[in-house]
Amino acid sequence: MSYLQIRNVWKTYGENVILEKLNFTIEKGEFCTLIGPSGCGKSTFLRMLLGQDTPSKGTILLEGEPLASEPGSDRGVVFQKYTLFPHLKALENVMLGLEMERSPFLGKVFGSARRQIKEEAMEMLESVGLEQSALKYPSELSGGMQQRLSLAQALVKKPKILLLDEPFGALDPGSRADMQELVRGLWQRYGLTAFMVTHDVKEAFELGTRLLVFDKVRHDPHAPNAYGATLVNDIKLDKNKRKNKGEEHVNINETAIA
Amino acid sequence: MRLINLDAGRFSPLLKILPFVILGLVYWIAADARHAVNPEDKLLPTFEAIGDAVKIMVMEPDELTGEPILYTDTVASLSRIAQGLGIAAVIGLVLGIIQGTLPLFRTLLSPFSAAVSLIPPIAILPILLVILGMEESAKVALIAIGVAPFLVRDTQQRSMELSEELLIKVQTLGASTWQIILRVVLPHVMPRLLDALRLSLGAAWLFLITAEAIASSEGLGYRIFLMRRYMEMDVILPYVAWITLLAFLMDWILAVIIRKAFPWYRKEKK
Repeated sequence: MSYLQIRNVWKTYGENVILEKLNFTIEKGEFCTLIGPSGCGKSTFLRMLLGQDTPSKGTILLEGEPLASEPGSDRGVVFQKYTLFPHLKALENVMLGLEMERSPFLGKVFGSARRQIKEEAMEMLESVGLEQSALKYPSELSGGMQQRLSLAQALVKKPKILLLDEPFGALDPGSRADMQELVRGLWQRYGLTAFMVTHDVKEAFELGTRLLVFDKVRHDPHAPNAYGATLVNDIKLDKNKRKNKGEEHVNINETAIA
Repeated sequence: MRLINLDAGRFSPLLKILPFVILGLVYWIAADARHAVNPEDKLLPTFEAIGDAVKIMVMEPDELTGEPILYTDTVASLSRIAQGLGIAAVIGLVLGIIQGTLPLFRTLLSPFSAAVSLIPPIAILPILLVILGMEESAKVALIAIGVAPFLVRDTQQRSMELSEELLIKVQTLGASTWQIILRVVLPHVMPRLLDALRLSLGAAWLFLITAEAIASSEGLGYRIFLMRRYMEMDVILPYVAWITLLAFLMDWILAVIIRKAFPWYRKEKK
């Protein structure tokens, strides 16, 4: 059975069809990248995966179970907008998820349990390269560092699927490249299943093991919203063949556009 | 050089006290001029007369209480304003967070608290006096009722300004509603509540002095209005200065608490 199943999913708002007839599955350990023109429902789809929104028709199953209709700890997320807790230092930002799991009432743990959580969080910070900044507040970190922290915060909860919503969109090219490298490393190290929305085609090819393209196939000039976008291209990118990606790039790019 | 690029530099302490010095000088000249015409003038007492009055207020025990009147009045007023503001802050925090964080309760309570906040607090002072009598509780209640609606609405706004992404994120970390309130909303709101409290100090003093003027037997506001009957400006003027100083100190203490207890707050604002 597939890890994540999208079964005939539609999303409509009133008369407007955003997404239609989405049917695909994602296997455990895949790194899916999703691209498409703006307004093609990429973000809407991600919102549905998050549980922020529900499909109008069809179902999404994670390990055979329908997704809960609100966000939960089985799905980790990193947004483009920095989502850190400004009142907590970097280390505490990572500890928060673990603390809340242990202590339902106070959401804060003490003593030996705290030391243990601290160690675990510190390890996570090291793996994103932030061990030097553990005691800094988010406002004292650069944009790239904030996104690293955001990643660490999500990964420490060991989510079944990691959702990335244009996570590097606000970064300068240098930190963007660093972050891509880091995400690839983390994906391999932790055996993550990841789903990333991006509008950087190059990034989508380089990071993904599978590239999904959303677009509208039917178009009614008199009713632009009558038809929604759907999956128009599903490209398996063999990670072992990455060395040849230059050539592959051009070809697939052309087919995607065609 | 343009005026917008000019700052006081090392003269800044001097510039800060300058308006106060000018005010003192103007008063001194005016008082002097009036006393030259009429040595018995009560409207603008000289600094000597004010000094003598202050000495009596501070040093001499009152026949009734055995304590100097300034001491009795200050303790009475400060305890009322502290209790009133404390109650208002708790109401503001609890209702504000509930209305700001839980949409269901926002629908239930928000229109109601918006309506309640439009009632002029002074208009219900007679009701408070009838229900609670001339005791302390009526004065404390007036301050609490006067300030709480503002704090509720401000705290609600502050809770609602937490971004949707941040609330989604914390849910993906496995947080329950209670944990979100405790570990995300509360820390976000606390320094802002104290800021709002600073802004409401003026209103709190207004309600305190009004209540004391109308129904009291001690307190700073009571004393000012009592002394007005005898035109004792040499008591009223230092009392006004003293109230101003107290209000300033309360504001300063709150600012220090915000800075010390929430070091991340100013950084975040930048």
